[in-house]
Amino acid sequence: MIELRHVHFAYDTQPVLRDVSFLVDDSEAVVIMGPSGSGKSTILRLILGLDCPREGEILVDHKDVGRLGRGPLREIRKKIGMVFQDGALFDSLTVGENVGYYLIEHTKLKWDEIERRARAMLGFVGLEADEVIDKLPDQLSGGMRRRVAIGRALLSTEPQIMLYDEPTTGLDPYATHNIINLINKLHRERSISSIVVTHQIADAFAVAKRFIVIYRGEVAFDGSLEELRECRDERVEDFLAPFRASMKGVFERKFVDGAAPE
Amino acid sequence: MTVLQLVNNWFKNFAYETQNLFFFSLRLVGAFFSRRWYVTETMEQMYLIGVGSLYLVVLTGIFAGQGFAFAFSVELADFGAKNYLGRIMSIAIIRELGPVLTGLMFAARVAAGITAEIGAMKSAHQIDAMVAFGIDPIKKIAVPRTIALVIMLPMLTIICDAIALLGAWVIAVFVAHVTSTMYWSAVRDRLIFGNLFIGLMKPVVFSFVIAFIACYKGFASKGGTKGVGQATTQSVVMASITILIVNFFITRVVFSWIKGYL
Repeated sequence: MIELRHVHFAYDTQPVLRDVSFLVDDSEAVVIMGPSGSGKSTILRLILGLDCPREGEILVDHKDVGRLGRGPLREIRKKIGMVFQDGALFDSLTVGENVGYYLIEHTKLKWDEIERRARAMLGFVGLEADEVIDKLPDQLSGGMRRRVAIGRALLSTEPQIMLYDEPTTGLDPYATHNIINLINKLHRERSISSIVVTHQIADAFAVAKRFIVIYRGEVAFDGSLEELRECRDERVEDFLAPFRASMKGVFERKFVDGAAPE
Repeated sequence: MTVLQLVNNWFKNFAYETQNLFFFSLRLVGAFFSRRWYVTETMEQMYLIGVGSLYLVVLTGIFAGQGFAFAFSVELADFGAKNYLGRIMSIAIIRELGPVLTGLMFAARVAAGITAEIGAMKSAHQIDAMVAFGIDPIKKIAVPRTIALVIMLPMLTIICDAIALLGAWVIAVFVAHVTSTMYWSAVRDRLIFGNLFIGLMKPVVFSFVIAFIACYKGFASKGGTKGVGQATTQSVVMASITILIVNFFITRVVFSWIKGYL
C-alpha cells in the first residue's frame, strides 16, 4: 500500500508539488497523468525515497519513506521496482548483466545461475534471450530497452509495487502496445500494484481504471474513467482539451491481452 | 545587476560549493570504511587511469625534462657551473616538476573523464537506478576511482620523474657536454629523504584533490548534456588550480618541517 498525505515538494525555491494526497491499495493499478513538468515523475522519486518531501508523509506499507534511515529505506526499496524514463540501463553492461544486476551486486550466486535467471526473465518480458543477452543497451530499440528495464526491476527483488515513469514515451505504436500488454500481464499474473506515470492519454486508459491528474503540482482529479469523462474541473478540462476529439475512440480501445486491469 | 550584487552572488555560490564539496568529501571518506569492496572496479580503474595515462606522462616528462635542462644549462654555463645541472634537475623534477606536471596531466585527462562519466550516468538516471537497487553510488563509483588515483598518481609521478631526469641527461650529455658520470652522481646526491618525501607526498594529496573534485562535479552536475559539459570544464579548471595552490602550501609548510632532512 502506498499513501501520500499532504505532500509538498520543491526544487530549490521552485515549488513542484502542493498538498498532494492519494492512496494506492495493494494490487491496484493507477495512472498518474498530467502535462509535462507538472510533477508526475517527482511523485515516483518521492515514493522511492530518491528525494525527500518538504512537508507531508509518504507511506509505503505504513512506513514513512521520508523519515527512514538508509537500512530501513533499502528494505522498503526491495518491495519496489522502478522503470525509469528511457530505461536507465547501465550502458557499459550487457543486457544480461543489466537484468541480473541486483543478483550480481547483492547475492553470491554464480554467473551461470544469474544468466539462467536473466534468460528466463528476458523470455518473460517477451525478448529472445539468445538474441539480446550479450548485446549492449545501445544496440537495442527503445521498446526493447524498456522491456529489459522492466525485466531488471522484476528480477531484482520480486517487487510488490512497480513504478513506471513514462514507459511508452517515444515508442512506436507496436512497441507501445507490447509494453502496455506487459504492464497488464504483470499486474494480472503477479498481483503487483502499479503506478504508471504518463502524459499519453491513450496509453493511460489501457493500463488502469483509476486515474489521477496532476496539474501544476496539485491533484486536479482522482477517479475512474467515467468520472474523468464527466469531470468539469477547469484544470482537467485544460489538460484533456487537446484529446477530447479522440477520447471516444480511446475509451473503446481494445488490446490483444485484454482490457485494463481493475 | 550591480557589481556589488555580482560579487555577493559569487561569494554565496563559492561558499555553497565549498560547503557541498566538504560534505561530499566526508561522505566519500566515510564510504572508504563501509562494508563491501569493489575490487574488480578498482583494478579496472587502475588500468584505465594509470596505464591509460602512461603515454601522456612519458611525453610530458621527456619534453619538460629536456626543456628545463636546456634552459638551466645555458644559465649555468655563464657561471661555469654546468656540473651542477644534475643537482638542480634532481631537486626541480623530484620536488616540483614531476608531481605538478603529472598532477596537471591527471587533472586534464582523468578528472575530465571521471566527471563526464558520472555526469552522463546521472543524466541518464543510472545513478538513481543504482540507489533504487540498494547500491551506494559513492561507494560503487567514487571510491574505486579515488583508490585507483591514490595508487596510480604516485606511481606515474615516479615514472615522470625518471623520464624527465633521463630527458635532462640527454641535454646534459649531448648539448651541455657534462659527463654522464658527473650528471648521475649529482642527481644521486639530491635523492635524499626530504626531497623524496615531498616528491611522493604531493601526488598522494593531489590524487585526493582530483578525485574529490572530479567525483563531486560529476554527482552535482545537472541540466543534461550541456550541464555535463559545464561540470567537466569546471572540474578540470578547479582541479588544476587547486593542485597549484595545494602544491605551494605543501612546499611552504612541509619544507619548513623537514628542513633538517634537506
